[in-house]
Amino acid sequence: MSAAKLVRRRVGDVVFKGFCWSVTGLALVALAAILWSLLAQGFGGLNLDVFTMSTPAAGSRGGLANAIVGSLLMCVLAMVIALTVGVLAGTWLAEYGGRSKYGAVIRFLNDVLLSAPSILVGLFVYELLVAPFHGFSGFAGAVALALLAVPVITRTTEDVLLLQPTTLREAGVGLGAPLSYVIRQVLWRSARGGLLTGALLAFARISGETAPLLFTALNNQFFNKPWFDLRHQTANLPVVIFNGALSAYDDLRRLAWAGALLIAGTVLAVTIVARIVAQEQRRS
Amino acid sequence: MNTLNPAVETFETSIADVDRAHVKVDVRNLNFYYGKTHSLKNVSIPIAKNKATALIGPSGCGKSTLLRTLNRMYALYPGQRAEGEIVLDGENVLGPRTDLARLRARVGMVFQKPTPFPMSIYDNVAFGVRLYENLSKADMDARVEESLTRAALWDEVKDKLSAPGLGLSGGQQQRLCVARGVAVRPEVLLLDEPTSALDPISSAKLEETVTQLKNDHTIVIVTHNLGQAARVSDYTGFMYLGELVEFGPTDELFTRPATKRTSDYITGRFG
Repeated sequence: MSAAKLVRRRVGDVVFKGFCWSVTGLALVALAAILWSLLAQGFGGLNLDVFTMSTPAAGSRGGLANAIVGSLLMCVLAMVIALTVGVLAGTWLAEYGGRSKYGAVIRFLNDVLLSAPSILVGLFVYELLVAPFHGFSGFAGAVALALLAVPVITRTTEDVLLLQPTTLREAGVGLGAPLSYVIRQVLWRSARGGLLTGALLAFARISGETAPLLFTALNNQFFNKPWFDLRHQTANLPVVIFNGALSAYDDLRRLAWAGALLIAGTVLAVTIVARIVAQEQRRS
Repeated sequence: MNTLNPAVETFETSIADVDRAHVKVDVRNLNFYYGKTHSLKNVSIPIAKNKATALIGPSGCGKSTLLRTLNRMYALYPGQRAEGEIVLDGENVLGPRTDLARLRARVGMVFQKPTPFPMSIYDNVAFGVRLYENLSKADMDARVEESLTRAALWDEVKDKLSAPGLGLSGGQQQRLCVARGVAVRPEVLLLDEPTSALDPISSAKLEETVTQLKNDHTIVIVTHNLGQAARVSDYTGFMYLGELVEFGPTDELFTRPATKRTSDYITGRFG
């Protein structure tokens, strides 16, 4: 091989590596900038009031307590709905109907839903649960969030169940157990780490969603009475951030930054927990 | 019947060697298809009650397939089907009215790789029992101990029954699977290369277990280990390309094989 060819290869190698490095660096710089401004601006807004008081009018004292509680309520309700539907649907795809034509169609539609714009989901639920009842509600918000979480959970459930060894399935069935019993007692248990990871990923996905809530839960300056009543429009962090960020008042903008930091921190914590759980599962 | 084929001839005479009154499972003219692939061709083999029958043959010869028809494990997969008869105590289990769960409780199975469930040692053994029997705590304790003892594992695990089954060594896991299998008191126990993933010491222990189990179970064991077939089984069937080439008492088949193919295989000339 000629020396010139070798040199050309080495140069090509260096150029390609350099390109990869710089693009990765660019992405990291953007991420760091976001996190930096979030920390710099968000920490300033954090104080005890944030956790104890409700949304203020401009110029007065206030916090995010009602929005935090509203967001938690809606997210938890959404996760309960989404886990029920998603785990069962994913199980059906993996264990029963996945190889049929109908199964293939369901899987395709689920993948479409996985990347559906969240504002469309919000509009859909608006037509379904808000307009007919003449009012925004926390329930509608939870349903909209659930619709976003279902495809994530369905997908991960199917994937982790397909990763379980066939022999585990056969061993259960071989003892005279119906397949449904083996799924519940053996396969779900064996796949629990993966199922949990999927649930946490879905939670991370919906906890910052704003668009679907604008059409459903809207917002509320106050706590609902009683605080867990989701039949009315309900305060939530994403919409409070959205409103605060657009407002002309410095104190509302500071509160929005604090809210953004809270969501980012929660998602980060949830993601780290998911990773640790996944690793534990791989080890055992 | 083609009398020009010595394999078929030998096979016919050998069936007479198994006392008809003591046949637990009678496989008659069994054909098996994976989709369009014809992988068992007209196999007939009598499985003697409370004896061990070994199935040997090169990879892909159909011995595991034959095993998986006996408890209809293949029925989990669409596209796999069996034709012919498998008569268990006078009843054809390939018939449409067979309750598959019941059949599998009567015909247990242990797999090539250990498959402990992600639960405690105790719950692993009790898993199948809970499906069909409503035992008191004391009775269940006794059943678990009895099963683990029969699988030669009791002494090693009696102090850690609540520890996870997955924490045991490979050989222990496999014996746990045997204990789990015998706990439901199956009449027939199918073993699919049960020692292929085990070290020699664990293998020897498992073979001992199998020998013990013959007292009250009918055993069918698929193995690549010819020494193992010779040690644990009373009857042996040699399969090749989906056909049962030769079947007979183990000592006869190993010392005086009737066909050249069998003799080539057991002397290691092919396979």
